[in-house]
Amino acid sequence: MEHIRTPKVENVRLVDGISSKKAALGTLYLTATHVIFVENAPDTRKETWILHSQISTIEKQATTATGCPLLVRCKNFQLLQLVIPQERDCHDVYISLLRLARPVKYEELYCFSFNPKLDREEREQGWMLIDLSEEYKRMGLPNNYWQLSDVNRDYRVCDSYPTQLYVPKSATAHIIVGSSKFRSRRRFPALSYYYKDNHVSICRSSQPLSGFSARCLEDEQMLQAIRKASPGSDFIYVVDTRPKLNAMANRAAGKGYENEDNYSNIKFQFIGIENIHVMRNSLQKMLEVCELKSPSMSDFLWGLENSGWLRHIKAIMDAGIFIAKAVSEEGASVLVHCSDGWDRTAQACSVAGLLLDPHYRTLKGFMVLIEKDWISFGHKFNHRYGNLDGDPREISPVIDQFIECVWQLMEQFPCAFEFNERFLIHIQHHIYSCQFGNFLCNSQKERQELKIQERTYSLWAHLWKNRGDYLNPLFRDDPSQTQGTLHLPTMPCNFMYKTVGLWFERFLRRPEDVDVQIVTWCFTKCCCPL
Amino acid sequence: MEFAELIKTPRVDNVVLHRPFYPAVEGTLCLTGHHLILSSRQDNTEELWLLHSNIDAIDKRFVGPLGTIIIKCKDFRIIQLDIPGMEECLNIASSIEALSTLDSITLMYPFFYRPMFEVIEDGWHSFLPEQEFELYSSATSEWRLSYVNKEFAVCPSYPPIVIVPKAIDDEALRKVATFRHGGRFPVLSYYHKKNGMVIMRSGQPLTGTNGRRCKEDEKLINATLRAGKRGYIIDTRPLNVAQQARAKGGGFEQEAHYPQWRRIHKSIERYHILQESLIKLVEACNDQTHNMDRWLSRLEASNWLTHIKEILTTACLAAQCLDREGASILIHGTEGTDSTLQVTSLAQIILEPRSRTIQGFEALIEREWLQAGHPFQQRCAQSAYCNSKQKWESPVFLLFLDCVWQILRQFPCSFEFNENLLIMLFEHAYASQFGTFLGNNESERCKLKLQQKTMSLWSWVNRPSELSKFANPLFEANNLVIWPSVAPQSLQLWEGIFLRWNRSSKYLDEAYEEMVNIIEYNKELQAKVNILRRQLAELETEDGMQESP
Repeated sequence: MEHIRTPKVENVRLVDGISSKKAALGTLYLTATHVIFVENAPDTRKETWILHSQISTIEKQATTATGCPLLVRCKNFQLLQLVIPQERDCHDVYISLLRLARPVKYEELYCFSFNPKLDREEREQGWMLIDLSEEYKRMGLPNNYWQLSDVNRDYRVCDSYPTQLYVPKSATAHIIVGSSKFRSRRRFPALSYYYKDNHVSICRSSQPLSGFSARCLEDEQMLQAIRKASPGSDFIYVVDTRPKLNAMANRAAGKGYENEDNYSNIKFQFIGIENIHVMRNSLQKMLEVCELKSPSMSDFLWGLENSGWLRHIKAIMDAGIFIAKAVSEEGASVLVHCSDGWDRTAQACSVAGLLLDPHYRTLKGFMVLIEKDWISFGHKFNHRYGNLDGDPREISPVIDQFIECVWQLMEQFPCAFEFNERFLIHIQHHIYSCQFGNFLCNSQKERQELKIQERTYSLWAHLWKNRGDYLNPLFRDDPSQTQGTLHLPTMPCNFMYKTVGLWFERFLRRPEDVDVQIVTWCFTKCCCPL
Repeated sequence: MEFAELIKTPRVDNVVLHRPFYPAVEGTLCLTGHHLILSSRQDNTEELWLLHSNIDAIDKRFVGPLGTIIIKCKDFRIIQLDIPGMEECLNIASSIEALSTLDSITLMYPFFYRPMFEVIEDGWHSFLPEQEFELYSSATSEWRLSYVNKEFAVCPSYPPIVIVPKAIDDEALRKVATFRHGGRFPVLSYYHKKNGMVIMRSGQPLTGTNGRRCKEDEKLINATLRAGKRGYIIDTRPLNVAQQARAKGGGFEQEAHYPQWRRIHKSIERYHILQESLIKLVEACNDQTHNMDRWLSRLEASNWLTHIKEILTTACLAAQCLDREGASILIHGTEGTDSTLQVTSLAQIILEPRSRTIQGFEALIEREWLQAGHPFQQRCAQSAYCNSKQKWESPVFLLFLDCVWQILRQFPCSFEFNENLLIMLFEHAYASQFGTFLGNNESERCKLKLQQKTMSLWSWVNRPSELSKFANPLFEANNLVIWPSVAPQSLQLWEGIFLRWNRSSKYLDEAYEEMVNIIEYNKELQAKVNILRRQLAELETEDGMQESP
């Protein structure tokens, strides 16, 4: 509360979007968790609620005759302009929001005050809805080749990994620990997905600390163990999702990639997904394109190309397709890594999972997929999405890109997914909202220390309760697309930028006040109330 | 001339056909006067029947004795024939080349086609101008039908019957015709019942360099204005182009002589610029590269979507003048047969709910394209694969269809028809068994006696079995004006046309079927609910009668 300099300002005008000329007059309220704008219009009294955690940037613009404009950019790409009559009020709101949008302690986040009026039992049940041990059982594990390892009990080996991990039976604790010492942040190869049909696996790890010539016997044994765990195949793929140049540069820092000569029976493959900094800049450029005022077709297409956004989306898809093909068509296991193995690796593994396994295309299965490949394997949600004030160079739209990949797949396979676009929009919203505890912190370990499950609620239970809103009416169990592997054509023309569609018909706008419209999925304005 | 002279080899065995989405098939290739036929002689394998007139270009190459002919169709499909024997291959290639470029219209297939279906309604009489005029005459008495062009003497590219202001007599029309390009004096294109405002179209005024004027022309268009009202003239050319046109005897309306009219210049491209744009776009779509940047930059460089945006923007502008400003408008470019028609017809799609129905859309094509004298024969002579750089070949009509598709995409429930109708019209405009799109205007069609000698496309389309293919299951009558978005983000590549042969639409088709099923099921349930409600109501009244005797 101490950060709110002024809780209420009257006669504020709200302009939604870039080129919209219509402004609504109303009252602005600042609360501990939200910015609330209530329109004066007596018949509607429409309310606009913005979570502090959704605010990306706040910009004070030059004072005009009508007042002082504040430009608020949200993490879901919504853009609001508040015009406040008095300079002093504007400054107070500005200073307050700057602080409110940058919490420094987890306890300041909304999930610690959010109360959906559920009792303790209901909350606990909510957290149990998605159970990864069930998921591994569904994959057919444990079996003769794979076992649950307790090597990471109490996070002793790797603090960004979960405690429960599947590894090949032949990989002893000695091998695992040895291998972990040869991998960045000790993220040793562990199972991400087991493909029952061919008895092959997708494993994930970080890069090896190979430098120019270093070797590690245990790491070599670890990869050997993975290969032996799929007896039908005489080699495994090692997929480095980075561009070759980046991987080579890492060698100078004592990191790098696997040398095919040192590991027996591996086939090494680069995919070329760019790093988080490139992705952050790409998004920035994409947003600039969207904010152009009345761009020409060429401005737009050139901007789209120049941002590289769709190129990156395609690279992630290509990685997923490569892995899915290796597993389902060649019957070969795959080890996937990038540098630390928590961004590009998560993207590639989860896209491959979606392509391979119809279960992940269901509502619950999709929650499981995010829980498994993103949350449990230590994707750094806090750093990437800036939940707490931190290093801006850590922020990057990694999961947004994954969600856009899912959207692209939904466009091409309209009957293959049980859920609809709104489901994706709501998940994306809550990754930033911090209303639920699921996406807090950077690892399982941190969440456990914060006692997230005792102090906050689970988003999955909330979404599951309202699952009726998220069903895709076209989803059926029988058509060819809902079964088995999705075969995705990879020609660039298959990747489209999103446009207005049905959403537009509801508003019947005139051509001249068409505002920033949706470009790729990820730029969708959340027009449905959450 | 006999076709037999052109067919050097009528038949070759053991030809292998490669085409999109089908496995390669071996069979016998036959050439007839109008078709290229490949039959595997196995019952279960589909045959290929290709109209020669659908062939845009062919390439041939040889590997040893095996010849290969690549056939590039006007609908952008590419098929390949592997023909054993060099001589056969060369013969087939030259025969196809000759047969696909027949000079005489009367040798075209529509003159030989004998329909195998029962004609329910003769399409040649489906859309008579008198009937169209009746739709207006209940709302206004300010307009009349004029037969001044009965013998095509006043304007060769106009139909015999046109709608003009009642206050203007035929004598004046003849004078105006001498002042407008191609004799295309201003005629009514659309009457907006909501406020009585109109869209007129014409050719450019022949002002020339010395600023010639024509009192009758001024009187004609002023006759459409209410007292004290102003109108808009939309010139589809940029101002500098319109100014340059004066040197060739053309020009634009001077403010001094048309004080009640405000002139707006837009820049819709024409002719080979559009053709080149199409060629580049189709090249980009056929590019097998997997490089995203290259695809986007080729898409951008084709400028196709830029043309779409410009045309749609102009149509929105025209519709806005009419509906929002409450002003009448006159639209023209140079001849008034291309960009003018794109704008007048799209404005009607936006404004007039009837033009979004199947019948209404067909009537629109008939009125605003065929009778209005869009030179289909010239414009659609060649398509995206052709090398001949003729000035008059231009995908003007395809751009119009693409614009309709863009609006359809943005308002998926407001159209009675679906994308298939648009694709079908595209195909038939370029190659068809029907006579509808032959000739460049009504006058030519009359001389060719198309009504007697060929079948109308509408006779075929308007049978229930065909119509069902074109019906949009999502359609709900929407009487509102629909304003499309013209922001670049809202305009997309028309995959149904341009990516049709490059990627399978299997999954999208499945989704479409599923949608149709859901809608059908919903209707069934709705009907059940209605029956049950009625039964309930009956039971309740019976109860009521029993309780209160």
